Amino acid sequence: MSKQVTLTIDGKQITVPDGTLVADAAKLAGIDIPVFCHHPKLEPVGMCRMCLVEIGRPMFDRATGQIVMENGQPKIQFMPKLETACTNPVSEGMVVLTQTAKAKEGQKGTVEFLLTSHPLDCPICDKGGECPLQNLTMEHGPGKSRFIYDEKLHLDKQVPLGELIWLDRERCIQCARCIRFQDEIAGEAVLGFDERGRNTQIVSLSDPGFDSVFSGNTTDICPVGALTTADFRFGARPWELKAQASICTQCPVGCNTTLNTRREAKAGGDIVIKRVMPRQNEEVNEIWLCDKGRFAHHYVGSKKRLARPQIRKDEKLARASWDAATKLAAENFSASKKDFVILASGRLANEDLFNLKSLADHAGGRAILYSDMGGGDLTALVGVGAGTNLGKLGEGDAILVVASDLYEEAPIWYLRVKQAADRGAALIVANPRETKLDKFAKFSIRYSYGDEVKAVNDFGKKSKISDEFAKAKNAIVFFGSEGLGLNGTSAVASACADLLKETGHIGRASNGLIGVWQRANDQGAWEVGLQPEEDLAKALKGKAVYIVGTDPVGDDPKLAKALEGAEFVAVQDILETATTEIADVVLPAQAFSEREGTFTSGERRVQRFYAAVPPTGDSKPDFVITSMIAKQMNIVLEGTSVSVVFDILANSIEAFTDLSYAKLAEVRPQWPIVGRGDVYYGGTTYENKHGLGVQLVPAAQVGGTVRIPKVKKEAVLRPKEKELLAVPVNKLYDRGVTVSPAELLDERVGEATVSLHPEAAERLGVEAGARVKISFDGVSGEAVVKIDDTISAGVALVPRSMGIAIKEPVAAKVK
Amino acid sequence: MSVLEPVVELVRGLGQTFRYLFDRPVTYQYPEQKREVRPRFRGRHVLKRYDNGLEKCIGCSLCAAACPADAIFVEASENTDEKRFSPGERYASTYEINMLRCIYCGFCEDACPTEAIVLGDNYELSFTDRRSAIYPKEMLLEPVPTVDMTTPRKVETGVYKRSVPEMKDPTD
Ligand code: SF4
Ligand code: SF4
Ligand code: SF4
Ligand code: SF4
Ligand code: FES
Repeated sequence: MSKQVTLTIDGKQITVPDGTLVADAAKLAGIDIPVFCHHPKLEPVGMCRMCLVEIGRPMFDRATGQIVMENGQPKIQFMPKLETACTNPVSEGMVVLTQTAKAKEGQKGTVEFLLTSHPLDCPICDKGGECPLQNLTMEHGPGKSRFIYDEKLHLDKQVPLGELIWLDRERCIQCARCIRFQDEIAGEAVLGFDERGRNTQIVSLSDPGFDSVFSGNTTDICPVGALTTADFRFGARPWELKAQASICTQCPVGCNTTLNTRREAKAGGDIVIKRVMPRQNEEVNEIWLCDKGRFAHHYVGSKKRLARPQIRKDEKLARASWDAATKLAAENFSASKKDFVILASGRLANEDLFNLKSLADHAGGRAILYSDMGGGDLTALVGVGAGTNLGKLGEGDAILVVASDLYEEAPIWYLRVKQAADRGAALIVANPRETKLDKFAKFSIRYSYGDEVKAVNDFGKKSKISDEFAKAKNAIVFFGSEGLGLNGTSAVASACADLLKETGHIGRASNGLIGVWQRANDQGAWEVGLQPEEDLAKALKGKAVYIVGTDPVGDDPKLAKALEGAEFVAVQDILETATTEIADVVLPAQAFSEREGTFTSGERRVQRFYAAVPPTGDSKPDFVITSMIAKQMNIVLEGTSVSVVFDILANSIEAFTDLSYAKLAEVRPQWPIVGRGDVYYGGTTYENKHGLGVQLVPAAQVGGTVRIPKVKKEAVLRPKEKELLAVPVNKLYDRGVTVSPAELLDERVGEATVSLHPEAAERLGVEAGARVKISFDGVSGEAVVKIDDTISAGVALVPRSMGIAIKEPVAAKVK
Repeated sequence: MSVLEPVVELVRGLGQTFRYLFDRPVTYQYPEQKREVRPRFRGRHVLKRYDNGLEKCIGCSLCAAACPADAIFVEASENTDEKRFSPGERYASTYEINMLRCIYCGFCEDACPTEAIVLGDNYELSFTDRRSAIYPKEMLLEPVPTVDMTTPRKVETGVYKRSVPEMKDPTD
């Protein structure tokens, strides 16, 4: 434990770790020192002068070096001037006075100065109601200004910093929290100050404006309404919103969120989600959220939501009762016996997936996970140990990221890994091309697409990198699906698991394997026993298929063809998709925001989400629909209480033993303190009152011998002349069904692209921005050429979920 | 008790009655005849406009927050110079008052930063069902001064930048 220091603040004695700043120490003692520029997650700058206090330190005798005593007490010497509590670290015997007339006068003066040019348009300001400036003015302000109105400085009021964030320059108090967040935490210095003195203004330094996937966080920590989101703009006043705890469904990080809801006239009087806010979980997302999680929520309120069960009659889908629809599905599933296949995705909750798996088992069918990524069996075996916290990794630890662009695939992991690297952890990035994380890596390993397994196996040889990894106190490996399909990822996962085992980095907290999955609950699907299938088209053809929470027809023409030849297709989803169009039965499911459930994150943390808005139409939760079908097949599955389904799940799956909804809802005090009345301190992130979740214990942590199954990787494809090796890469803002309804993100989603090396582009005679046709394996699509000189000349990078069905590396023609 | 006493009382009582018979009557023949209300009377609300016809209401919802009866519902949207309702960035796209809930306390008037919502002199409210007791913005807005001043309307760009009229220095 680090050295502890005892000091007195307003007569209250407190002991805190050495190095703590006075402002934070006061907070720990329950004393609020007003701050604007100080933020417990950022380096101190002392720019706003709001935190002025009197600080005294014990006096030392110069001759003897001893503390001077007075009446048996150390003599305290106060500085003649007020000092900033946010830049002064504590010291032994320090005395801090925050309530004296002198301190109050200083704070009052600062507020008066800050307000000289403030527009005071609180009535129309989105921050009004949860604004640190409002609160601190009420508490510490002078109530009257001595400045003349005519001398107010007027600056631009509606400045778009990119499509997502609005800036009001008059409201900015130049605390630089936004700039410092982008610099220090996100590692993307896209904001800066322009001009000097009273004219100092925030500007975006990037093109496109505010080019960062973390931009929304600056609106949370901006202590005024200078930065607001375009998504929520004038959506409601903060006090009119209801709050419900939830979990982000956009990626496997599992960020804790709060859904703010309100009844809305524009939505025809329905209660809708007005904004998504981060909810503090220092072990998952701290107090941050990426822009996809914050702004892509619109799909749950989309016009395309399915509201009623439908049955195909005379080639057309017609409304039907729940009874008739589930009966028809059940009859067909029963009749097909072994030819019954369930295809479900990681968009579903643990309870839904568990019921589906149980149905498949009881009915003698198969349950397949819709994913082109393998290795979930290995993360259950040698996944990160319970108690893992990326926020604790630092000096002496190592993190290896293989075949994944964390910035695009799991932004908050990028952010946390980057910060671990800042704290001194050895970050090793192994990827065929440069990713944003490379900038913070101690070592970057470049391999060619296809050589992933070799790149990992090379850690077995002696080198500076492998030594560093082997010797690390703690080591975590992230593996993803960049340039890889199902077989490739399984092989990489197994190589990574082997590496971890060989170097003794398994079975402990902060050690182990993490899959950068394509969907939020893929890990949960693996836990309950669903697995992906290499030849999905073959597995579906001629079968009675129950498709849940996925759109294979829209994604892949090959699967569309296979389903055309299916015996019977029942589709259960929240949205109308190309797959519901070919369905024999359509079953409307409730979105995650309309019901309760749990997800398992990539770090294998089981977390609860709660119902925030009323269900759409007659829709029902997925686990209920599955149990209704099961009932008609004379199979008993729990279908009334989601917590009971979870209890059954916990009883039948070892890793979940002892877990219950009550346990998942437990909370502990967290630091920094956020989201209470004192929003000026940590920002508008919500306090976590609904559960921090529980991390599953991987098999390796339980004990016993660990055997890693070997996966043989298929030979690397060698494209013929005139062909390129097209490889899939992952993109944050894609055209997936959970993103595209958010119109605000359209520009960031953009068009389907194909990235080529300048040489390859020259060979093909195309330039950047040209439209080309790319075709492989009976699939073809149009894409816009992007030039990337960090990749090799023989490959073409095609993003997943952008309209071109690419699952694994293929030889493709580009014209 | 003398027998005369009740008779005296009766005559005195009737005397009062006869006196009023010749007094000026206080009764108003409502509804044919209406009584002038006091200047600070609080009746049915009106949403005011500026002289140029723009709506004073900026959709800030402060009236709704102040209302003890939770009678007001406000939903805001964004103004553009192409389609401007009120000065500044924000206007009320929905503004409703439930007249059955309202207790005519006038708190909304006090809370309004632009003096947009004002309790008027109309006390003759009647509804046949609960739904029609909810007055939408169209009913509450006062008529435009002249026909070309309707809202929304296209205005010169960059003129109406401020939602709350700028404060002036005290001149004394
Ligand atoms: S930033 Fe705060 S103080 Fe300034 S106008 Fe907005 S709500 Fe009011
Ligand atoms: S925009 Fe907000 S966070 Fe950034 S400097 Fe201004 S007040 Fe601070
Ligand atoms: S007068 Fe009082 S009760 Fe009626 S709407 Fe205004 S604030 Fe509400
Ligand atoms: S009437 Fe006044 S207080 Fe109410 S929303 Fe409009 S501007 Fe705000
Ligand atoms: S100077 Fe201390 S909070 Fe800004």
